[in-house]
Amino acid sequence: MEVKEVLDKYGNSPGRLLGAMLEYQRSKPQNYLTKEDIQAFAKETGLPVSRVYSLVTFYSLFSEVPRGRYIIQVCRDVPCHVNGSVNVVAELEGLLGIKMGQTTEDGMFTLEYTSCIGCCEMAPAMQIGETVYGNLTPEKIASIIGELRRAGK
Amino acid sequence: MVNITINNKKIQVPEGTTILNAAKQAGIDIPVLCYHPDLDIKANCRICVVEVEGARTLQTACSTRVWEGMAVRTNTPKVRQARKIIVELILAGHEMDCTYCKRNNRCDLQKIAADLGIRENPFRHVERDLERDTSGPSLERNPNKCIKCGRCIQMCGKVQGLSLLDYAGRSDEVEIKPAFGKYLTDIACVACGQCAVVCPVAAITEKEDIDRVWEAINDPDKVVIVQTAPAVRVALGEEFGFEPGKVVTGKMVAALRALGFDKVFDTDFTADLTIIEEGNELLQRLSNGGVLPMLTSCSPGWINFIEQYYPELLPHVSTCKSPQQMFGALAKGYYAAKIGKRPEDIFSVSIMPCTAKKYEAQRPEMSVDGKNPDVDVVLTTRELAKMLRQAGINFDALEEEEYDAPFGLSTGAAVIFGATGGVMEAALRTVYEVVTGKTLPSLDFKDVRGLEGIKEATVDLNGTPVKVAVAHTLANARKLMELIKSGKADYAFIEIMCCPGGCIGGGGQPYGTTNEVRKKRIAAIYEADRDLPIRKSHENPAIKKLYEEFLGEPLGEKSHHLLHTHYNDRKA
Repeated sequence: MEVKEVLDKYGNSPGRLLGAMLEYQRSKPQNYLTKEDIQAFAKETGLPVSRVYSLVTFYSLFSEVPRGRYIIQVCRDVPCHVNGSVNVVAELEGLLGIKMGQTTEDGMFTLEYTSCIGCCEMAPAMQIGETVYGNLTPEKIASIIGELRRAGK
Repeated sequence: MVNITINNKKIQVPEGTTILNAAKQAGIDIPVLCYHPDLDIKANCRICVVEVEGARTLQTACSTRVWEGMAVRTNTPKVRQARKIIVELILAGHEMDCTYCKRNNRCDLQKIAADLGIRENPFRHVERDLERDTSGPSLERNPNKCIKCGRCIQMCGKVQGLSLLDYAGRSDEVEIKPAFGKYLTDIACVACGQCAVVCPVAAITEKEDIDRVWEAINDPDKVVIVQTAPAVRVALGEEFGFEPGKVVTGKMVAALRALGFDKVFDTDFTADLTIIEEGNELLQRLSNGGVLPMLTSCSPGWINFIEQYYPELLPHVSTCKSPQQMFGALAKGYYAAKIGKRPEDIFSVSIMPCTAKKYEAQRPEMSVDGKNPDVDVVLTTRELAKMLRQAGINFDALEEEEYDAPFGLSTGAAVIFGATGGVMEAALRTVYEVVTGKTLPSLDFKDVRGLEGIKEATVDLNGTPVKVAVAHTLANARKLMELIKSGKADYAFIEIMCCPGGCIGGGGQPYGTTNEVRKKRIAAIYEADRDLPIRKSHENPAIKKLYEEFLGEPLGEKSHHLLHTHYNDRKA
């Protein structure tokens, strides 16, 4: 997908830039925006590069570094914290053999924190792409990862 | 009008007034950090909080507008406590080497901390150790000092229209920086230094070159000469407690001599020379079908702008060097021989209201011998003030002195170079008389004066109406460039100054520059012009003598070699 293409789809206006950049990023195998991508969005929208860079670095949904095919975002806000998000992170780190913020060697998974994703009623929760998983237990986490591994091969 | 009480004092203010401005009217100071009178209200630093009767929480004075019957308290335990915590939190993330800081004693944050009587900080100090940018000859960035007020973002974006700085990152990792954290030398920065002028701390500052000047002064083998730009004399006094708008030319000359400079000269002399060369260039372009409108070339921030943003319009720019560089070229290519020295024996210093001048001075083409720069060091007005304080010179007590010959004699036309519209007015005074052979009935071209963004005037030159325009700030310059590109600019001559108000509002001028201060400095410039015996460049006898003795004629071979230059396409 090209920058121009995605802007045509969303409508080339500053207000629609976030959605366009997100879709563009998702279409990339490594789930990140390069310097050239950011400059291209600035050029096409007529916004200053510093402004687009500001947006990209502000929202945790964007990344400037290559990431895995699946981005696992563990909520670290209060309700999830109280319900043991620390254990979720430990479980994921053990299963994937990486630390928070890292990407698995096969490029399949990246582990990240996120702010509240609005699923406090099923804390602890995490989000992978557009899918939200709640009431997480070690068994549930293992099965989610196992399924994605199979699907992603 | 609205009736309010501030600290039990009843006052009347116009509707829509902010608490901050109402308090000022009542003689009450409220501290500010992110607020700047010429920029948008951001209300992000919170230091200006006050108590408003009936409001559940403290309100920011900069952004809250008064209403009928409002009761404000600016000095309660709650307010003092809140302000203290705000400053403590800012200080916890601020590089705290105040005694080594370039802005020691000139820092808004330091002053507020002192005023609030902060003696210890309950918050843990967080050292971030972010990389400093010392890549350029003009400006330096130290993100560890930045308090994220956002003034620089707005100055670069809204006033200059460049938008090179913005917030990046989030939460406690937020920074203000160019996209991708690039160096200022790797982006299309024009080095105008307006960001540094509005920065309340030392996050963006000019590169200091004071020590190189001391070294030269202390070198017995060097003849150290200095030139002073028109705008410095109307602002330097502010560094020593004078009101803005005080003309301190004589004291400044005395101070420079006291510092140990061998000769004290005036950039105004080469400003007059610029008018002769540039005026003749304009007449030549007008009569030979040259590229019009011709654009002025005095402001190095503006030159940096057109080279990087509109290189296709470079043929419009006058080939005249700026007065600073004309001076430098004459100092090394004429004055040296005149006093029996080699160019490398001369150390030439200039005192400028400008940070971009530091960049200009080190351009490789600005060297008559191809080895040494024509202007060895550029100091800003602020740096000169620092030097005077280092030397223990009591500025106030100095007796006024005169500039040295031969580059000390100048006219009112040269002084007004310091204000937006000044170069145009000076050029018109000369061009009119050269073309018509008549004496101008009035020397004051008031249409091109003042702080309006783009000004126009039409002058009748022997029956031919000649239309001119004047712009200051790069946002306004951009408008005129677009007009030229569209083919709709029917001007013969355009003056462009990079900084708001012209050089009097330059990036090297004393801190605290606001439009209010700019107006006072501009008034002082025209006052200095009015008081000079000669007010037209072509009547400067020292200039006439220079042509007779050395240069020959305007636009002649020597002029071409020493006083004119070329520009580069530097579009990113």
